[in-house]
Amino acid sequence: MAIELTQPTLSVRVRFNRAGASSSFRLDVDFSLPPGITILFGPSGAGKSTLLDCIAGLITPDEGRVGIAVESLFNSATVTNIPAQDRRLGYLFQSPALFPHLTAQQNVEYGLSPMPASGRANATREILKLFRVEALAPRKPAELSGGEAQRVALARALVTNPRVLLLDEPLSGLDADLKNSIIADLRAWNVRHQIPILYVTHDRAEVDALGERVLVMENGKIVQQGSPNQVLEAPRKERLALASGFENILEGTVKEVRLDDGVMRVTLKNSSATIEAPLSYAKSGDLVRIAIRAGDILLALEKPSNLSARNILHGTIRSLEQRSATMICKVDAGAAFEVHVTLSAARSLGLREGMDLWLVLKTYSCHIVE
Amino acid sequence: MQELLLSFQLAFLVTAILLVCATPLAYWLAFSKWRAKFLIEAVVALPLVLPPTVLGFYLLIAMGPRGPLGKLWLALFGHALAFTFSGLVLASVLYSLPFCVQPLVASFERLDPKLLAASRVLGASQLRTFRRIILPLSLPGVITAIVLTFAHTLGEFGVVLMVGGNLPGATRTVSIAIYDHVQSIEYTAANQLSLTLLAISFVLLALVYGLNRRAGVRWLSN
Repeated sequence: MAIELTQPTLSVRVRFNRAGASSSFRLDVDFSLPPGITILFGPSGAGKSTLLDCIAGLITPDEGRVGIAVESLFNSATVTNIPAQDRRLGYLFQSPALFPHLTAQQNVEYGLSPMPASGRANATREILKLFRVEALAPRKPAELSGGEAQRVALARALVTNPRVLLLDEPLSGLDADLKNSIIADLRAWNVRHQIPILYVTHDRAEVDALGERVLVMENGKIVQQGSPNQVLEAPRKERLALASGFENILEGTVKEVRLDDGVMRVTLKNSSATIEAPLSYAKSGDLVRIAIRAGDILLALEKPSNLSARNILHGTIRSLEQRSATMICKVDAGAAFEVHVTLSAARSLGLREGMDLWLVLKTYSCHIVE
Repeated sequence: MQELLLSFQLAFLVTAILLVCATPLAYWLAFSKWRAKFLIEAVVALPLVLPPTVLGFYLLIAMGPRGPLGKLWLALFGHALAFTFSGLVLASVLYSLPFCVQPLVASFERLDPKLLAASRVLGASQLRTFRRIILPLSLPGVITAIVLTFAHTLGEFGVVLMVGGNLPGATRTVSIAIYDHVQSIEYTAANQLSLTLLAISFVLLALVYGLNRRAGVRWLSN
């Protein structure tokens, strides 16, 4: 096999319009994937699966280029369109899509047809072992559990030595331990092979657990990219903020921008409360939304003083609800806030409905979203 | 018994020809995204709703010595097509087409599209996907198509009468023979033929449905 001198980076620049009877959809993206796992994160309906189908060649984009290093898989400018079966990519769907009439072993061998039989058997045995499903080789897919089936499907995709691996929420139905162990095996495989892996999910927990890089997709566009922390800690989009666990999204008007201090003051809608937030693109008089994690808000029984936190709001507890080890407090402080505290904190503060208290928010816990 | 043999010969031939011709047609009908596909679907289904005499009449005209099919046949083989066994085969193929195509289309369409996508991404050509995935998973549909086509051809009467007539050894099928016996008030002979046909058809159908069941459960267990 030839040694590839260039980094096998996948570059994708595609436009694709689908005009439906009831709705039309437009995909318009431009990004590249280095070797390693990249997460494609976004709400359902954002176009993630369509994008994967375009890369795999199952859908032909209207224009653009899909390429690995210098080789074009699709290029509208040169009318190149390599058929899906000749692209040498791996693609895993949400369902394992194992062929039900073939055994696990035959499923894995399916993609190795150009190889002589002995090579096929060896490669199959090796990859099944790597994904810990050797013992399942003679079984039919109907006799496999969900996790086992996805392991076999992963082995089937990887045994062909694909140049890129596309994963469309393949582990969404599995529990966290199983998921992590499969991911660990995939990472181990990729240490040697170093291919770009695009992993689609709408689950925030997966983003944290997996990602080296995250692409955030919304309405057919990549709206943000970076490390999981950069992308999810400071969400610029409201829907992303909700999806990534910001329980409080408050509307307000920018009252004052203090360039020197790097902050701005925002008056909350229908309230006299004012919050100090980090400087953003907004200017005075603009309507903005502020995203705050419920766990980032502190509660105090007396008005705190001599504190670095800049936002101290007076409020009343409207409701308390215990959810596993967390107490969820709904507090009316001009606007409705959701605050999460531990059970022991709730106990020692003696929280009860109707109680007056103070909310404390750090400036940098308040994120302006679009 | 000559009539019975002729009917089975006809049914075997028609089923074999249809399996070869109808499978690609069914594949196309199941997977094509062409917008005017429904027109072809309608044409294929026509024999289901047309009286056999209508189809038979037009086929007779086309196969006659002055019809386009008849002329072509005359030029190729030196005799007309109407009232021959070959003409009967051709007419039956057209008449039984929907009975072969529709079960195939239905079973192809029932397949999980993800399986076909998985096969493609794994590097399989369309033909390989068809042989290794589509065909084995559609086996119950294929068997149904075979049974329906065979049984329908065996029992056909109107079209045969129109284009084949009643020539012993060439176009006199069992259904025509039974009709003949009844017309001549030879009820014993009619009964013998009918009973034989009934028994053979039942055994054949039972056999095939039994096989179909086993093929069906082999990977659908759980």
